[in-house]
Amino acid sequence: MFITVAGIKKEVKEGLTVAQLIVDEKVETPEYVTVSLNDEFLESGTFDKTVLKDGDTVEFLYFMGGGQ
Amino acid sequence: MISMSKADYNKILEYAKSELPNEACGLIAGEKIGEDKVIKKVYLLTNIDHSNEHFSLDPKEQLASIKDMRANGLVPLGNWHSHPESPSRPSEEDKRLAYDSKASYLILSLMDIENPVFNSFKIQGDKAEKEEFIIK
Repeated sequence: MFITVAGIKKEVKEGLTVAQLIVDEKVETPEYVTVSLNDEFLESGTFDKTVLKDGDTVEFLYFMGGGQ
Repeated sequence: MISMSKADYNKILEYAKSELPNEACGLIAGEKIGEDKVIKKVYLLTNIDHSNEHFSLDPKEQLASIKDMRANGLVPLGNWHSHPESPSRPSEEDKRLAYDSKASYLILSLMDIENPVFNSFKIQGDKAEKEEFIIK
């Protein structure tokens, strides 16, 4: 099946979870990453339960913050 | 070296002033030419902390900005935020929450409102290094 990750279409195996995709994509510091699936933000505890489907669009966003 | 137009600087300055007493924040995008970065577009985002001491970018606006960058052929170059009451240098929290060592972190100090100071830093671990920053 095909999904789009960070704007790039790629072929992945059926049954791929978001958690596995994070590993496959070598996402750095995943504990600080927010994932959007088809423009909806996922709860961080749901990555290993969320199975991707053909045509899905995934974005990884790093938390950005700080303080003076 | 990183550069920004005077017009984009003014956008950030006016937005940051309008958000006082809270910190303001946003993203920068443009192109990389060798080691140099040219900022072509600045994004003014909501500080969802609504605080004068902290900022967090709104993830929805962050996502929309990333899509806009992609649509315009721009690459993310880093982020910016204001320090309403402290100098233009990364705080310990800024350093702790800077996950991308390749990004530029721009900090606008408004502690002297008549004389704003805007600097850019590279941050790796607990070390912050000022980089050459040109506004033209």
